[in-house]
Amino acid sequence: MFAYYLDLAIRSLKRNPVLTFLMVLAIAVGIGASMTTLTVMHILSGDPLPGRSARIFYPQVDPTPATSDWQHKYPLPMMDYTSAVDLWSAQRADRQALVVDSPVKVRAPNANRPPLMLAMTSTMSDFFPMFDVPFEYGGAWTPADDANRARVAVISSDLNDKLFGGKDSVGKTLRLKDSDVRIVGVLKPWRPSPRFYSVVGGMSGNGQGALPYARPEDVFTPFFTGLEINAGAFQQYTCWSVPPVPGHLQNAPCVWVALWVELDSAAKASGYRSFVANYAQQQKALGRFQQTDTRMLDLVQWLDYEQVIPSNVALQMWLAFAFLAICLLNTLGLLLAKFLRRAGEIGVRRALGASRRSVFAQCLTEAGLIGFIGGLGGWLLTLLGLWLVRRQQTPYSDLVHLDVSMFVVTFVLAVAVSLLAGALPALRASRIAPALQLKTL
Amino acid sequence: MQIQPILAALKHHKLATVLIALEIALACAVLCNAVFLIAGRLSAMHINSGVDEASLGEIVVTGFDPKQANDLNARMLAGLRVIPGVESVNVVTSVPFGPQNGVNGITLDRKHYNTVVEFYVGGPGTPKALGLKLVAGSLPTADDYQAMPEHDYFPASSRVLITRALANRLWPGENPLGREFWGGPYQFRVIGVIAHLAVSQYTEYGERGAGWTVFVPAQPGGVLLAGTYLIRANPQDLDRVMTAARAKVAKIAPDVVLDHDYSHTLPTLRAKFFATDRAMAGLLVGVILALLGVTAFGIVGLASFWVSQRTKQIGIRRALGATRADILRYFQTENFLIVTFGIVLGVVLAVAINLALMRWFEVARLPYWYLPVGAVVLWLLGQLAVLAPALRAAAVQPVVATRSV
Repeated sequence: MFAYYLDLAIRSLKRNPVLTFLMVLAIAVGIGASMTTLTVMHILSGDPLPGRSARIFYPQVDPTPATSDWQHKYPLPMMDYTSAVDLWSAQRADRQALVVDSPVKVRAPNANRPPLMLAMTSTMSDFFPMFDVPFEYGGAWTPADDANRARVAVISSDLNDKLFGGKDSVGKTLRLKDSDVRIVGVLKPWRPSPRFYSVVGGMSGNGQGALPYARPEDVFTPFFTGLEINAGAFQQYTCWSVPPVPGHLQNAPCVWVALWVELDSAAKASGYRSFVANYAQQQKALGRFQQTDTRMLDLVQWLDYEQVIPSNVALQMWLAFAFLAICLLNTLGLLLAKFLRRAGEIGVRRALGASRRSVFAQCLTEAGLIGFIGGLGGWLLTLLGLWLVRRQQTPYSDLVHLDVSMFVVTFVLAVAVSLLAGALPALRASRIAPALQLKTL
Repeated sequence: MQIQPILAALKHHKLATVLIALEIALACAVLCNAVFLIAGRLSAMHINSGVDEASLGEIVVTGFDPKQANDLNARMLAGLRVIPGVESVNVVTSVPFGPQNGVNGITLDRKHYNTVVEFYVGGPGTPKALGLKLVAGSLPTADDYQAMPEHDYFPASSRVLITRALANRLWPGENPLGREFWGGPYQFRVIGVIAHLAVSQYTEYGERGAGWTVFVPAQPGGVLLAGTYLIRANPQDLDRVMTAARAKVAKIAPDVVLDHDYSHTLPTLRAKFFATDRAMAGLLVGVILALLGVTAFGIVGLASFWVSQRTKQIGIRRALGATRADILRYFQTENFLIVTFGIVLGVVLAVAINLALMRWFEVARLPYWYLPVGAVVLWLLGQLAVLAPALRAAAVQPVVATRSV
């Protein structure tokens, strides 16, 4: 029966090519606009660590001193050095890493190329297994390297391509500012979106804001090693008074370090929560803290709280859906016109024994077919739209592509919209009284 | 033209009428808000920076030892000044649209921090090179350019210029000249008021948009006042000068790293700074055009359907003495009525959407004059769309009435 309806639908669409074209165009444009924005949204709001994100937490404490009258609702988004190192050294989580970014001057061993200014992450050996960072060559440094301030580094695959032509560079030397470090690992191409482990922060690399969708840093060193070799280059998130030496924040009343922990069970998570709360109480008793506010969100909650998705993107998505609604209304009107114009034909079919249900099914088949063709057009327009988004100079341009799920959604949405638009006109058409129509033939 | 018969006819096509009206309503709401968003982008993109952008460029280098800052400054100033076409070179901490460098809270009583401002520090001649417009007081004299302490952000006590906006913020209605304020341990005394100087990384929301900035005179040196150079040249020569300057950095100081993101002319930096806003505005324009197109085609489609459905009635009216103009006007009035229903609904919807945007996104209140303008646009669109079907209706011959009755 469906094949017959399909045949009827194709005939009907051919009979009125202009009207058909208008309907298909409306659906295609609406789908194209909304799928472009939906795809961008889908890419930007994806879980950066699927399956693991619920185990990754971001503890916060509040080291605001008594002299500050600055009001804030939640503990600050980064930690001061003392709290961060205290919490890290306790080693109470399954994995834990301090994270701080700074711009660093990098020189290749064979000094033929000019020095580069790159972003460097200083962190702990736990960073790599905790965040599932893939290695091409070598691996992470050891916990002993963390403690010994070893002069070692892990570099990105981009930097390895640039400096070593993509060859295994483990064991080679890199000059970071004025210190030589030994490369112990080279990452595979790694592009978490967002760059979840440092979505806050004042400035990083070349003084640009730490954009949540920027590429990961090119150089990773052990935390204390990084503080030593790149002293003077660290930027605070905020300070309560001017740091005695700019860029050197260990003893300054500033927050600038992030702590990430992995806790494998709910019991451990609540255990760690009370550990952090106790720490805050203890620090208040010691007079170092004024507030005992603490907080520990998991990764997804943290990204949510930091509102990493650019508001432009969300705005565009709502706009595109309003536009799709207009296209839907438009198609609805045109389908209504089209079906009612065929009142005579439908009357004859009804008189010859077709049930209301079969007229309804036939009309919906036609609407669905329009939706499918519109979906094809919408898919092409989505590809065009995504191409335009890629051409924009946004930090996430290189991430934007249509994956399989979004490809399927394009057609599902197109057919759903057209069926929705077709339902009312089809219902109207199926209600046509055959006698009245036959009289006017 | 009698409206009564048209309304009576529309009652027979309630569903289609409601559909078109709804479509118009949504179009009106989206149109008003989208145009308003575009206007917001455009006005943000045209903010006044307060400096002679067309004549200015910036060279940023990093990766040098702070101990060599003075040496680097001397070499860069000497090397860049001799490039043909260069009018002046100054050491600064930042420029509008350049990297942000020197945002700090200030206090009048050394207790309560209430205003966050941006400090621009610059060497002798910087106010003139920037083209700052003095509106009260005087520019810093040669003595006001004190040495920058090696590991400090500012000299302990400086005589500074502030913007008019900041003067109004700190001392509303009072004379700001000679007054002092503090930023941490540093004291600042106001010696002059300038018309305007924008923050480096402009945002239209919150306090950063207000233009609360301070110019601090200082001799180049130290950790902070080194590595960023303001180049002034004739606007026609600027691009050539900047290309030459970028190339020359490798010769002047082979060991530093040129910041390719920020070593540009100010017009280029401005364009880069607003690239996403421009893309957003372009996208909105595209959506508006597509929206108007879809709406117009919807009207054409439905009006054509009605015309063909009513061919016989039109023929009868013509046979009974109605002129072509009468028929034309009938369809035009009908369209006008439907669009008006839509607009009434659309105005309510536009305000509702705007309120939602204000709630969820940082969008300002829609000025009320957008609503009548949006209405007029949709009326015109409706009339334009209905014209072709209406003309076709007007062309129906009276003889049609006699056929197959």
